[in-house]
Amino acid sequence: MFFSISFYIALAIFGLGLIYKASTWFRYNIGVEAKEIPASVRVFKAFKGILLTFFSVKVFTLIRVFFLEVILQTRVLRQDFLRWIMHLCIYVGFMLLLLMHALEKYISSELFADYYPTINPFMFLRDLFGALVILGIAIAVYRRFILKVPRLATNAMDHYAIIILAIVMLSGLLLEGTKIVSYSGYQAMVEDYADEDDEKRLKALEAYWVKKFGVVSPEVKGPFDEETLKMGEEIHEVSCMGCHSRPQWAFLGYGAAKIITPIALGLDRANIPAVLWYIHFLACWIGLAYLPFRKMFHIFASPLSLLANAVMDKEKSDPSNIATRQAMELDACTHCCTCTLNCSAGVFFEYFPNLNILPSEKIISIKALAAGKELSEHELRHILEGIYLCTNCKRCTVVCPVGINLQDLWFNVRESLLESGYPEFFALSPLSFYRGLMRNDVVKEDYQEPLNRAREAIAAVCDLMMKKDRALPLSPTDREFKTGLNLSTQANTYSVCFGCETCTTVCPVVANYENPQEVLGLLPHQIMHSCGLGLRDLALGSNMLWDCLTCYQCQEQCPQNVSVTEVLYELKNEAVKQVKGKPREQIGRKS
Amino acid sequence: MKFALFLGCNIPARLTLYESSARAVLGKLGVGLVDIKEFNCCGYPVRNLDFRTFLLSSARNLALAAKENLNVITLCKCCFGSLKKVDHLLKKDDSLRKEINSILHREGLKYDGEIEVKHLLSVLYHEVGIEAIKEKIERTFEGLKIATHYGCHVLRPSQIVQFDDPVAPSIFDQLVEVTGAQSIYWERKLECCGAPVWGINDNLSMDLTEKKLMDAKKSGAHYLCTACPYCQMQFDTVQKMILSTRGTNHHLSSLLYPQLLGLCMGMDGESLGLTMHQLPVGIIEDYFIIPKIAQT
Repeated sequence: MFFSISFYIALAIFGLGLIYKASTWFRYNIGVEAKEIPASVRVFKAFKGILLTFFSVKVFTLIRVFFLEVILQTRVLRQDFLRWIMHLCIYVGFMLLLLMHALEKYISSELFADYYPTINPFMFLRDLFGALVILGIAIAVYRRFILKVPRLATNAMDHYAIIILAIVMLSGLLLEGTKIVSYSGYQAMVEDYADEDDEKRLKALEAYWVKKFGVVSPEVKGPFDEETLKMGEEIHEVSCMGCHSRPQWAFLGYGAAKIITPIALGLDRANIPAVLWYIHFLACWIGLAYLPFRKMFHIFASPLSLLANAVMDKEKSDPSNIATRQAMELDACTHCCTCTLNCSAGVFFEYFPNLNILPSEKIISIKALAAGKELSEHELRHILEGIYLCTNCKRCTVVCPVGINLQDLWFNVRESLLESGYPEFFALSPLSFYRGLMRNDVVKEDYQEPLNRAREAIAAVCDLMMKKDRALPLSPTDREFKTGLNLSTQANTYSVCFGCETCTTVCPVVANYENPQEVLGLLPHQIMHSCGLGLRDLALGSNMLWDCLTCYQCQEQCPQNVSVTEVLYELKNEAVKQVKGKPREQIGRKS
Repeated sequence: MKFALFLGCNIPARLTLYESSARAVLGKLGVGLVDIKEFNCCGYPVRNLDFRTFLLSSARNLALAAKENLNVITLCKCCFGSLKKVDHLLKKDDSLRKEINSILHREGLKYDGEIEVKHLLSVLYHEVGIEAIKEKIERTFEGLKIATHYGCHVLRPSQIVQFDDPVAPSIFDQLVEVTGAQSIYWERKLECCGAPVWGINDNLSMDLTEKKLMDAKKSGAHYLCTACPYCQMQFDTVQKMILSTRGTNHHLSSLLYPQLLGLCMGMDGESLGLTMHQLPVGIIEDYFIIPKIAQT
């Protein structure tokens, strides 16, 4: 009764969870474009897309991807053999246990007329499958907790997944062990199946089971004489053998039985097998109910992601289907961290302690964003910064074992966050090169805005630069600022500048404008001079910094060996540092 | 001769033809390449933002190569410049080296300053040598005029990168002339392609690119030749955008050096990625000298 009720509750949570989660695929919007498509259109387009795919040649691609990437998981294999073994053990072992053992009533009994969980090969196979899963869990634990890989982040979600699985497996294993040694279990079997009344013959059977089957009896203990065992064997052959193989075949359970033999009687009297049975099936129900939520849901979403990405294409697929796929991909992520371990920008994390740099953690933040969670300005800017600190090298997308198109995901989220109006200073770096290449994919009016906003935000903290009359105060120079400029050990060379203007004369950016000062603010030689005078605002507030090509013409040709380009680099670093943490009111646009 | 191949971020994602053509050419010349999967960004894109991140990024790559005891060959000039710069700084500055090594140590890595960084062109010129290249050439161009674009970060700061004479470089021109093509003189040869500010100030970037294109075309070039993914994408992808947004018409295609050399080594255009450009390359094979036997 309790068994069924608890099962149906878990099943109901599972079912509702499944519906809820699948609905988010059509409701969540990632990126600017997705916002304009209603969920109903997305559902309709998805069905249409799936149907059209099934009746096209693409169906062969689906079949190939299903066998190679979903079943055989070649994408994991390509990454790491150990992880492939780990995942294959867990998922193959678990699927087989599910089909043969958990659903025995519906599958095994139907398929095999002589199915009985206590006879071979089923008894052996159950433990074999169990052993696979346990091996897989052991590798997972080893990888996550013992092998300390830098930047491999393990979070609560990973713990839950491992814990639930481990409880299911261990409780099952111990349950089997306690049942093997259980005397009450033995008695119940005798009652049901042994057609014997004779005391002596029953004792002989018991002796045989104690000796050969590991049962721990309170009265009958070895050593036994040959004759008793022989008699016991005869009865066994008639009454028991037909549906009970020797427990040694259940090698895991038998191993456990041997370990607990000294305390077997106590365990049996305390009815521990029943307790373990409750733990076992309740853990299974918890696993079932938990399935649609968090990490375990990848069982459904990851194959879909692999299949969808195999037949979809940014240029040709319907934008609403791409929006749906991107929402689904968030659920497909297993937090395996392959992306992070391969990330070209992962190393930036050492000096920018922002978890959102790491792709596997970015996904978690994007999940929160997509779910419409209220995030503070600080959190949003943190996410934007993390997404911007990406070289768009596409490695994450290439290596993702579940085929998520991460690069497109970053692109869309980046654009929608940029649109939200927070200044992102990292846009003023070659990290924007890719965004420039993709400018035709950005709404035309939105493209330039973030770049202007970042420049304005920096200018906003440099008062002096904004003074129209350019009357400079005679206040003492900013010593702190001056001494700060020696990171690259050559940048403090500005002090020997004698103002010959060679740097400005050879600068191709200066040469590009008829009236360069109007566009660029201070010119290179003026910036060097400002540094010498310690005029922080002038040096940092000039547009010239961000328009510098870093072509090193100025530095190469300086007769005084001033490292002009290095100074400009350092001023850029300094400018970013000054404004990065500032709240929006101080650096935002004054309307 | 064996090197660790440093591809950087752009080539695998957006310019695979550079990788495949460089591999093909280097393979034929007997240069062994080792891939180090753990390589990360060289740090160039974050140099505007944070000096230490820039340092660490390059230093980690150098340490990874040191672990394999291999010198590094780069295809990208910005990666080259970054790795060289960081190598120079860390060699000179003990306290910086210590700080960086304390971070690298956590992964069992160490920067020790023993690794040399070379660009594809310097490997071809200095290590392989013009004569050895000539031996592998099966056919040569005639009447083909090439404008070599050196790229800033390979030339300057010259004291650090030590690639060639920064005022009158000749390595690239000599390498081009091996193919029988003529390396023409053009005024803006040593200037920036515009890529460093693409995405930051597109108008400025396009101005600079356009000026270079006009100059090269005016000087009679049939093609530009580059050996850097940023320059190449600027002259290909960005030029295409310039053509469509500014309506100007000085279309001048750009080739990567290993494509040019590969053609002369007898490789076919498609395998060298000539069909993968954004702007049509045209039929460069027309410039090949027709072998005497075929003429008769």
